[in-house]
Amino acid sequence: MTSVAHARPEAHGDAHHAPMSFWRKYIFSTDHKIIGIQFLFVSLFFLLVGGLLAMQIRWQLGFPGKPMPGGGILPETMVVNGVILPEYYVQLVSMHGTFMVFFAIMPLLVGVYANFLIPLKIGTHDMAFPRINMASFWLALLAGLIMTASFFVPNGPIRSGWTNYAPLAARPDLSGVTVGQMLWCVSIVVLGLSSVLGSLNYITTVINLRAPGMTWFRMPLSVWALFITAILGVLALPVLQGAAIMLLFDNVLGTHFFDPVAGGQALLWQHLFWFFGHPEVYILILPAMGMVSDIIANGSRKPIFGYHSMVFAIIGIAFLGWIVWGHHMFMSGMNPTLGSTFMVSTLLIAVPSAIKVFNWMGTMWRGNLRFHVPMLNAIGFVSMFTIGGLSGIFMAATPVDIPLHDTQFIVAHIHYVLFGGSLFALFAAMTYWYPKMFGRLMSEPLGKIHFVLTFIFYNLTFFPMHIIGMGGQMRRIYDPTIYTFLKPQQPLNVFISYAAFALFATQFLFAFNFLWSLKFGKKAPQNPWEDNGMEWSLPNPAPHGNWEKTPNVYRGPYEFSAPEAGDKDYLPQYLKLPTDRDPVPAPLPAGGH
Amino acid sequence: MRWWLPDAGSTFAGPIDTLFLAILIITGIALVIVEVGLITFVIRYRARPGRKAFYTHGSTRAEVIWTAIPAVTMVALGLISNHYWVLIKDKKSVPPNAYHLGVHAKQFEWQVTYPGPDGKLGTADDFTVRNQLHVIVNQPFAVELSSEDVVHSFFVPEWRLKQDAVPGMQITAWFEATKTGEFELGCAELCGMGHYKMRARVFVHTPDEYKAWVAQQAAGGTE
Repeated sequence: MTSVAHARPEAHGDAHHAPMSFWRKYIFSTDHKIIGIQFLFVSLFFLLVGGLLAMQIRWQLGFPGKPMPGGGILPETMVVNGVILPEYYVQLVSMHGTFMVFFAIMPLLVGVYANFLIPLKIGTHDMAFPRINMASFWLALLAGLIMTASFFVPNGPIRSGWTNYAPLAARPDLSGVTVGQMLWCVSIVVLGLSSVLGSLNYITTVINLRAPGMTWFRMPLSVWALFITAILGVLALPVLQGAAIMLLFDNVLGTHFFDPVAGGQALLWQHLFWFFGHPEVYILILPAMGMVSDIIANGSRKPIFGYHSMVFAIIGIAFLGWIVWGHHMFMSGMNPTLGSTFMVSTLLIAVPSAIKVFNWMGTMWRGNLRFHVPMLNAIGFVSMFTIGGLSGIFMAATPVDIPLHDTQFIVAHIHYVLFGGSLFALFAAMTYWYPKMFGRLMSEPLGKIHFVLTFIFYNLTFFPMHIIGMGGQMRRIYDPTIYTFLKPQQPLNVFISYAAFALFATQFLFAFNFLWSLKFGKKAPQNPWEDNGMEWSLPNPAPHGNWEKTPNVYRGPYEFSAPEAGDKDYLPQYLKLPTDRDPVPAPLPAGGH
Repeated sequence: MRWWLPDAGSTFAGPIDTLFLAILIITGIALVIVEVGLITFVIRYRARPGRKAFYTHGSTRAEVIWTAIPAVTMVALGLISNHYWVLIKDKKSVPPNAYHLGVHAKQFEWQVTYPGPDGKLGTADDFTVRNQLHVIVNQPFAVELSSEDVVHSFFVPEWRLKQDAVPGMQITAWFEATKTGEFELGCAELCGMGHYKMRARVFVHTPDEYKAWVAQQAAGGTE
């Protein structure tokens, strides 16, 4: 575990890259940093699309049957006299989930930050396979365009939830969707290809291209998390691709893989989907945990508490993530004994999760906390992820899951993990590495206002969903007011809708800050956060090829307030103290050049 | 406005609600520890001139404690939960004296088949009623769930009962209602555009009321 791979500058050409045309540099780029930024803009666009869909969902749940402001611009197949139709409502929930999971959160975490951070943080010049990396971006964009196109085809996009439960999704005569369902399948297959190519690249890069001295246990937790996430990606996405191809065949060729009318199995889809789907949940949270760890250590000016157990917790969560998929199927008619085993494995995930939360707190304990915007969002992440993790225990305990399954309680839970968790971590990460991307800092006061308002409106939106779910409101129902037992809680639905509108509006502060700072932000000093990471030894933004000469790494990533640092409270990984010896590069593997 | 689970209406509600409360207390304690800890640290350890962070890489003892406590709690919770899970969902737990009804789910309605006066399902005097489920209070019932087309989910909140109806499968779900009156049966699994309106009325009768209703239906009475 201590061997150090040799980063070979000759493998990528040295850093003296010839000046390139605008197209080569920014559009068809093979530079991992530009590709990361391309992913950033594309996935922020899809985040906005997903948000717009969510607002329409909230309009319908808060004010069922009332004309939606601006609804007039939508075609009659979706909205009549401003009122959302039931089929469009089902499409809204299906596509909100699809866009947010596959085209916003996953590419924001993995597409953007695995690309941008891995080479910079392990001290190498680029990805192992830069052209494959470019292909991965263009495939992801293509997949996004195919998915978006499904809004413009006859009968519109899917109506079976982002989970596409068969036989509903497998039979156009039952779902009422034809082309839209095929486009969903094709888009997912293309996206899976993009993800697999990206993941192989990240794995290869981390294993082979670490700078001399960057041992496995000197890697920042962000890199560890992104590395383990890539392993999950390369194993999980092909399962979804296979399932999507079978679903496509069911739709187009009438193969009936998932339709019992002709010998298929309805539950087969659920097993395949969740065998992918649960590791996917960890793909959507592990990178967030990794980046938050880096930022909390920085903001606390302290080494991360229990670095090794943090690494093993990441590995533990990733491993357990493969044997819990059945907890999505407790009510599915799966053998109840199987439910018992999935319950135990699911409950055990609380253990590594608790280790992580307590170690983040341990990191802050007796620190010297700096409340920069990334730190505020990282603390927001810890406090909100905790709620999301704890609410999961209710549903992991199978008897309690019976009343809560498929209600708004699970909607609250998933949003505490994916918004309160992943998105807060992304606000932290976007602000933190903004100077490394664009050479400027985002506005600090605007960032703080955005954090405080988001934190408040976010909780006002999603916390009451727990209560509505306890009351029994089923997921994905178009009009809760037709049920006598749900009527009394309709005022809370109205409240949630207002909070959600405010939460959405608040995000324009972030968008404005992000775009405005591109041009008018304060110019960033080389190491604006006084951090230890390898990336801060480079100018902002970092040049194509990163380092002219492969850098050496002298210590772990979290030596904040180390006694050797003298009067400074940080000690970068790249800084050579008089007592430090240069690391010996590992011999090249046989067959290498 | 209700701030809790729906009023208890079956024998399952007792253990499930107790377990819910127990988890609420456990997670509540954990939540208070984390949030109060975070707030305390944020105030106490904020950066001030002249302060320096305490340089440490961790404490094995602390980490063993906060690994062991959640692990033991979760395993205990799993064991207790499993006891009730088996009681509710295991095939062998269906009481032998349960009345059997057939419930056939279909986009977007519930078709309930009752054994006629002979009390046996699958005989000539069976009759089927759309979107109405009639049962007897304090009497175990078992519904034989099936589906015509897609996955639906049989959900009566007051009974704490949910079970998917899957095409190609026959799934038995049992319950014993403890409160008379009218309730609602909803579909908890997205089953198409009409998912929201897949609703049935549920009536919990006294034995005499039920007998009278069956007699009326068997005689060709209207719904």
